[in-house]
Amino acid sequence: MTGKQTITVALMDAPFEASRTATIMRLIDCVVDKGCNVNVFAYEGAVYLPFALQKAHANSIHGRDVDEEDHPLPREWIAALMEKARVRGVQFDWVNCGLCVDERGAFEAIDRVRRGAPADFWTMATSSDNTLVVGTN
Amino acid sequence: MKVLNIISSAYRATLEEQDDTIVWLSHMLAGAGAEIDILLRGPAANYIVKGQEAGPLSIGGRRQKHAPDVHGQVVSFAEKGGGVFVIEDDLKRRGLAKAPALAAVEFVSTRRLPRLFERYDFVWHW
Repeated sequence: MTGKQTITVALMDAPFEASRTATIMRLIDCVVDKGCNVNVFAYEGAVYLPFALQKAHANSIHGRDVDEEDHPLPREWIAALMEKARVRGVQFDWVNCGLCVDERGAFEAIDRVRRGAPADFWTMATSSDNTLVVGTN
Repeated sequence: MKVLNIISSAYRATLEEQDDTIVWLSHMLAGAGAEIDILLRGPAANYIVKGQEAGPLSIGGRRQKHAPDVHGQVVSFAEKGGGVFVIEDDLKRRGLAKAPALAAVEFVSTRRLPRLFERYDFVWHW
């Protein structure tokens, strides 16, 4: 611990399926801006948020090629947040639930994502100033 | 074969997808030859209201070029010949009955939905 405040966030939604994903990424961005440490525990479909093989695409309905469309990818948001945290000197720890990864075959994650277990979430929560659970429905 | 796509879960993942995925799918199915209309209900009734705009999104250092324009998607769908219906009771519940709206939209009451459904071979509720 660095003496800074720390928040733990648990996520459940798979990418591209819920507005909660963009909302929580924006909240985490604000937390990093405030100089706080961030722990993320990705549970169930959320283990696909940092999936390294996510790929942008063109969109004929929008009339834009792949470069112009510039489709956002959650793995890029997470990498950008990790880099921002590094530059600001705050900790950013992302743990994917290992059994959720196994069930889904979501093995290829971006760098600095680590495999863990629900016990990691407990450790994160009990060592943080607060914990935010973003459930699914 | 005529299809009515009913859309109720509004603004779901629109920032990530840069559009509403079911309006987008309706565009694509129409392009593939389907004779398709959409019915907006619940919070999706708001899609017909003019003047809405999503601001630019930036997360970490990652800036997004194109924000979603769900109203524009619906306008474009109507301009291509797709029918757009909205449940007027849902607009009233949200205080939107007199909001500036897409001109091409047809208002339908909940009570008259069975008659609307009778016009279609398939009614799909997304």
